[in-house]
Amino acid sequence: MAILRNRLRSFRAARSVGLAGFLVLAACLSYGQTTNSCLDCHSALPDPLGVTQEKFSQDIHAQKGLTCASCHGGDPTSDDPDKAMSRKAGWKGKIDRKQVPELCGSCHSDPAYIRQFDPSLRTDQLGQYRTSVHGKRFAAGDTKVAVCTDCHSVHDLRAPSDPRSTVNPVNVANTCARCHADADYMKGYSIPTDQFAKYSASVHHQALAVRGDLSAPTCSTCHGNHGAVPPGVDKVQNVCSNCHAFQAQMYEKSTHKKAFDEASLPGCVVCHSNHAIRHPSDAYLGTGPEGVCMRCHKPGDHCDQARAQLLSSLSQLDEAIKSANQILLVAEASGMEVSNARLAQDQARDSLTKARVAIHSFQKNLVDEYIQAGLKIAAKDLQAGKDAMVERNYRRLGLGISLLAIGLVLSGLRLYRKKIES
Amino acid sequence: MTLFAAIRRWLDERFDWDDLLAPLRHKTVPTHRLSYWYFLGGITLFLFVIQVLTGILLLLYYRPGANEAFESVQYIMTRVRFGWLIRSIHSWSANLMIFTAFAHMFSVLFLKAYRKPRELTWVSGVLLLFLVMGFGFSGYLLPWNTLAFFATTVGTAITGQVPIVGRPLMIFLRGGPQVTGATLTRFFGFHVAVLPGIATVLILLHLLLVQRPGMSIPPKLEVQWTANPSARREMKFFPNFMLRELMAWYAALGVLGVLAALFPWNLGVKADPFASAPAGIKPEWYFLFMFQTLKLIPSKVWFIDGEVLGVLGFGLVGLLWLLLPFFESDQPAHMKRWITGLAVFALAYVAGMTVYGYLAK
Repeated sequence: MAILRNRLRSFRAARSVGLAGFLVLAACLSYGQTTNSCLDCHSALPDPLGVTQEKFSQDIHAQKGLTCASCHGGDPTSDDPDKAMSRKAGWKGKIDRKQVPELCGSCHSDPAYIRQFDPSLRTDQLGQYRTSVHGKRFAAGDTKVAVCTDCHSVHDLRAPSDPRSTVNPVNVANTCARCHADADYMKGYSIPTDQFAKYSASVHHQALAVRGDLSAPTCSTCHGNHGAVPPGVDKVQNVCSNCHAFQAQMYEKSTHKKAFDEASLPGCVVCHSNHAIRHPSDAYLGTGPEGVCMRCHKPGDHCDQARAQLLSSLSQLDEAIKSANQILLVAEASGMEVSNARLAQDQARDSLTKARVAIHSFQKNLVDEYIQAGLKIAAKDLQAGKDAMVERNYRRLGLGISLLAIGLVLSGLRLYRKKIES
Repeated sequence: MTLFAAIRRWLDERFDWDDLLAPLRHKTVPTHRLSYWYFLGGITLFLFVIQVLTGILLLLYYRPGANEAFESVQYIMTRVRFGWLIRSIHSWSANLMIFTAFAHMFSVLFLKAYRKPRELTWVSGVLLLFLVMGFGFSGYLLPWNTLAFFATTVGTAITGQVPIVGRPLMIFLRGGPQVTGATLTRFFGFHVAVLPGIATVLILLHLLLVQRPGMSIPPKLEVQWTANPSARREMKFFPNFMLRELMAWYAALGVLGVLAALFPWNLGVKADPFASAPAGIKPEWYFLFMFQTLKLIPSKVWFIDGEVLGVLGFGLVGLLWLLLPFFESDQPAHMKRWITGLAVFALAYVAGMTVYGYLAK
């Protein structure tokens, strides 16, 4: 009896827990149905008032628990449109474009508020925005310039790390181009609108969009995003040194630095251009259409001679590497083991890359140092390739002699067999 | 008296050498239009001897171990005098040996040489075929290159699919849950000690079983020769057949030399257990028909896992294949044609699936 009573007690306890659970679930469901009544109507409305549940669920704010009311005010718990969108409930209606930076900043400039969602998220965007050309023009009353929502989108705003975000590195150029490549929209600002077209043909775009290298620069890498240029940079053209550190260090010590500064020429951009940066080649040092030196220097002068010597050194190493590579590939295709020499070829290529970087110092001695190191390796590799080919021929000669010997033995065996069987 | 005759006499006085060699002198080999198929077993044996000799030479420099194996093979290929030749001959000879072993098996099957009283010769032969495939599988890992590493990972994972014993067997083969240096060490042990030991015993048994009943004659010819004994054509094993076999061996040596000199066996890239498997990785050609079959089986067949079904299927087929002679009649008139049909199908299946597996991406 005691056992039966105990079992009944457990059954009753379980029943009570189940009933309580059901009530909580029902309460949650009924609460969930009325937490955001805005979407009940707006999901059925056409653009620009339409915001579907599916679209809003992708928004980072929705995912962090914010609702329409967080920006638009009102009472999303009420099913009655008059109550939900009453001014008494704080409803603001459509956010005026002039209010957007301040509205976003009301949360994003509040470290204590932002910390509860993402402690690592910066809170200086609004301050930076005010220092930017966009921000300054906006403050002066120009509402055509970009505000937060123009770049970040609205209602389906995603984290920048999301590849679908309009501010993901891969998409930034397209986002900027929406305004900056639109000649009609940009009329009156007297700045070019071909930056996107030029950038799209550049080595940086190739690296970022085609190769998927997220370290490659997009618009905001050089121009900043909310407003501030990268630390320690006084001119946009000087941001190159943030990535191309060695080239920048050598350029800083070169004679060109002083000359360019005196002539107010913009450093790297003079030779490499800005948005349309192509993959540099040794032809930059040449006198052909790609050559950049002769744009300023005169044929036959001291600098022209130095240019020719530098080009000759680079070409010499490039050719030496190619020759070694060619013979090593043939040797490898013949089955020769030349992996060590092939590996050493990487070192020779490294030397060539370093020599090309050293061009930015415009010091022949420094360039030659790398060229000589590379030539030494390439010569060794070439010799390894030649040795492999000699070995290959030796093997083939050995094979020929062996086959001859085998053929002779076979003939002898055949003759002997015929002799004993005749 | 020549030196050779003197040594022979010396041995004969002590061991009755002539009597010992008498069976070889009396042994004959039937002569007919299909006699050349008799060479295949001998060529396979010759290639096995080449494997043993070149394997011993490789052992002088090879070092088993994840940090040394690749480098030691590289050293053999680049620094050791004629090391490239020995290693290339070892690799090419292994492949040729497996090919001739398969060819030998199918020739025995089509000529019905497995029938009574040679059932056990067939059984020992099929076991030897499995063994040379084991040699191939274990030896493939030893250079410790990327392809070998992932082929072994896939191969041992397939072993792990066998119900109940699969996982313990896989752990035993790998020396742990993953393919590591421990796998290399034990594969080396299998390759140079365990498998050669078993193979030597089985080869001796196989040769003994071949010698006792003599060479098989195709059933139709046997009927004709029984009806008309004067039509029977034979040659002496020694020296007539042996001379021909010797010529075949020399020809095989020439082929090996050409392959090794013109197409030295590739060393590949050192295995990196943390790298992802190369795309479209495939096993060696002699496992390709099984690998391709496993790929074609759906992931679920009724309620059984497709791969498990495939592995069990191959296990069953292998067992039935081993016992094939016991399904045959010993009367030429009652020879079971379905076995010949099965042999044709098996050959077409193995060849077809190998080509398909080779071409498939």
